Amino acid sequence: MSRRSSLGRARGLGSSRDGLHHWWTERLSALALVPLTVWFVASVVTMAGADYYAMRDWLGNPVVSGLLILVLVATFYHGALAAQVVIEDYIHIEWLKLFALLATKAAATLLGLAGVLAVLVVLFKG
Amino acid sequence: MPMSSQNRPLSPHLQVYRPQYTSVISIFHRITGVGLWAGTLLLVYWLVSAAIGAEAYETARDIIGSFLGRLCLFGWTVALFYHLCNGIRHLVWDIGLGLELRTSFYSGMAVLAGTVILTLVTWFAGYYVMGAFP
Repeated sequence: MSRRSSLGRARGLGSSRDGLHHWWTERLSALALVPLTVWFVASVVTMAGADYYAMRDWLGNPVVSGLLILVLVATFYHGALAAQVVIEDYIHIEWLKLFALLATKAAATLLGLAGVLAVLVVLFKG
Repeated sequence: MPMSSQNRPLSPHLQVYRPQYTSVISIFHRITGVGLWAGTLLLVYWLVSAAIGAEAYETARDIIGSFLGRLCLFGWTVALFYHLCNGIRHLVWDIGLGLELRTSFYSGMAVLAGTVILTLVTWFAGYYVMGAFP
């Protein structure tokens, strides 16, 4: 029988660690993505079948490129948090779970970075 | 892990429950979310091709504009609008509203209707922009 209190044993375990922060940031990014997604779909529709020069003109507008960067960051941030939940729910082999968690975080970081860099390259190189 | 998780009661899981309307709506939020990950590959490819140059962009446009590309794009818009509508439903639940069975039944209906309407509007608008309707 340990002399530690129940609270002392529970502290630092499970969602008393950082589960709430994870939950909260997933909701905040979701909230940000509601207007961003509506804007994104509406603008992609206006770019349907656009040629290269129309596309460069569009991406050269700083309002467009700024909003696109927000879309990319919020999407991959939300996607990484959400993928973590799915992986933790279904994968119970410890090494595989760790690998999947790291792989999705790496994928989200690299894809987000590639997208943001592409937008910035067109914006600044014209 | 110190003295954790042994002999804890487990809630009955998928193999015990008969799928219900509300639970099917719920699992599709997750399925569409995973599917949207595939859609991000297309998005990043599209943007990167525009940064590389005219030739790369035209190739990307031809691939995305092909029949198979449009089919993927269609699936992507359906998944996106479903996840968007049901995501808003989840956010409303998170502030404690609409949790009654009857209300969640109707909001689920609204999610399905919203998905169909938004998808159709988007594709009609897309084809209109491309000059498909004289």
